[in-house]
Amino acid sequence: MTDMSYAPTRTQSPTTKLVLRFILYILLGVFALFYLMPLFVMITTSLKSLDEIRTGDLVSLPREVTFDAWRTAWSGACTGIQCEGMRPYFLNSLLIAIPAVLISTIIGALNGYVVAQWKFKGANIFFALLLFGCFIPFQVVLLPMAIVLGKLGISGTIPGLIFVHVIYGLGFTTLFFRNYYVSIPSELTKAAKVDGAGFFRIFWSIFLPLSLPIIVVSVIWQFTQIWNDFLFGVSFSQAGTQPVTVALNNIVNSTTGVKEYNVDMAAAIIAALPTLLVYVVAGKYFIRGLTAGSVKG
Amino acid sequence: MSPILEVKNLYKNYGSTEVLKDINVSIEKGDFLVLVGPSGCGKSTLLNCIAGLEPITGGDMFIDGQNMTNVSPKDRDIAMVFQSYALYPTMTVAKNITFGMKVRGIDQATQDAKLKYVSTQLQIEPLLHRKPGQLSGGQRQRVAMGRALVRDPKLFLFDEPLSNLDAKLRVEMRTEIKALHQRLGASMVYVTHDQIEAMTLATKIVVMKGGIIQQIGTPAEIYNRPANLFVADFMGSPAMNLIPAKTKVNGKGMQIEIARKDADPIVLTDKRNTDLPENVIIGVRPEDIVDAALARTDDTQQADCLIDIVEPAGADTFAVMQLGGKHVTARLHAETTAAAGTAQRLAFDLGKVSYFEPETGLRLN
Repeated sequence: MTDMSYAPTRTQSPTTKLVLRFILYILLGVFALFYLMPLFVMITTSLKSLDEIRTGDLVSLPREVTFDAWRTAWSGACTGIQCEGMRPYFLNSLLIAIPAVLISTIIGALNGYVVAQWKFKGANIFFALLLFGCFIPFQVVLLPMAIVLGKLGISGTIPGLIFVHVIYGLGFTTLFFRNYYVSIPSELTKAAKVDGAGFFRIFWSIFLPLSLPIIVVSVIWQFTQIWNDFLFGVSFSQAGTQPVTVALNNIVNSTTGVKEYNVDMAAAIIAALPTLLVYVVAGKYFIRGLTAGSVKG
Repeated sequence: MSPILEVKNLYKNYGSTEVLKDINVSIEKGDFLVLVGPSGCGKSTLLNCIAGLEPITGGDMFIDGQNMTNVSPKDRDIAMVFQSYALYPTMTVAKNITFGMKVRGIDQATQDAKLKYVSTQLQIEPLLHRKPGQLSGGQRQRVAMGRALVRDPKLFLFDEPLSNLDAKLRVEMRTEIKALHQRLGASMVYVTHDQIEAMTLATKIVVMKGGIIQQIGTPAEIYNRPANLFVADFMGSPAMNLIPAKTKVNGKGMQIEIARKDADPIVLTDKRNTDLPENVIIGVRPEDIVDAALARTDDTQQADCLIDIVEPAGADTFAVMQLGGKHVTARLHAETTAAAGTAQRLAFDLGKVSYFEPETGLRLN
């Protein structure tokens, strides 16, 4: 989008312009370096041997690149008494995140469709309460949730964690879809009703095909939330069902003796990789989806 | 034979607000009913009630003799064209048109045949594989019509279908809709706020205001014999002149006196309407006030009037003057000699005059 209101009022000499440009780029470069520094340190450290870390400089490049730390982090590092690395927990996180993202997105889409296009008595109150649910701090629901999971017989299991994340994600996914569907003229629903289509038919044939940008938003948001979640993961899991965030914490905190920084760094990068990947793949849809509702005529 | 659409004592409330009050309308097969009125008069709500898209608060609705009051839209055998066209954005034109048939499980061969027939009728064959986003306003309009036509329903409903088009296209499509109606002999209900659209298309007009029907009649009835001041003012462009006047009985008939500023009152004599109260509002269409020299009939009465403004409009020239404290428009010949600030001899034709009671606004004659 171009800023139409911009109108140059002063004319500057080409030299001044060049100097200002130069300063601007220098500043931008400095900021970029500043933000990239931690990632740089993590990557270089993970590629160094322990000896080199002890003797060398924090920000220097590795003299000798070794992937030992990555191998250990993936399949050998100890989380408490087990020494299987991140691998089983990474798998747990995938088993939790993928179904939870899909289920909460589908239900959120249906909820949003109902609240935006099939107004029923009390629809606004229903939506307000759902929104309220978005802003309840995690800590508040821990105990009641533990009781509910116990009653359902799924405490400490992966389905239990999926359940928790679906419930907690619904507020946001409903909000996303509701705001997106509100901008779709209600005449579309009316036309489809006259054409003879029912509730699910209209959703499936007309609304869902329009929803790609907002589905991407919902998936990115939910995946990031669920993948990065620590509190629910640590509260509602037991040995064998812990997600990757909990495992990372255990690896970093439960080492005895020498602290293996290179392994810690590699493990941290492994834990962060999927969310990074999701942003890289679908990031451009994310911005488009977030602004779509507000700009579309 | 029962009427194709019959609305009986229909009421519609939103909460405690009454949007429609005691609506009674019925039309025969082949009728073109136009619901017309200013925005917020409830005409679109009434159409939505007929379609079944809005539940009604009281009353009954019959389509072709069957009580449809509590029947869902899809089972009413209706098709509807919306103001925004409401084309399904992700489907091609062909899919848009056949969606209704697909939902109803009609076989592919019939779908193809009907699609072909309708697209030929509306000349949209070259567009069939495009998405609605790639069409112009007029093309979208045609596709929306196609989606309704392909259903071949008992009743067509149109919700201000032309109001998003530019002026020229609107007139073209208006003619096309009228031609379509004549060709198909279909029954249609059409909502508009444009009284010219109402006059040109309708076989029957319903004028509404504030959720109440003001008058039902043929275009000629509505135009020539408006039931009250609102209808008189709303229908017709330029609007009917509504001038306060005093009446007196004299030997030849009713003497009607219209006051003027800085001049003697104009006195007209009406021989046919002789039973009027003392104070009335007299309604005269602009075309019934013409150049005296060019008057068509002998049955006119002439007066000199001071012209304030002259507005040439091509085929006619409109002259505006002050009579009875109101702006009064006369429809003069294009080559009139009238000029602003000068007096012109005008002829008043009382053949189609209307009288209204000033307090209630109701028609007197």
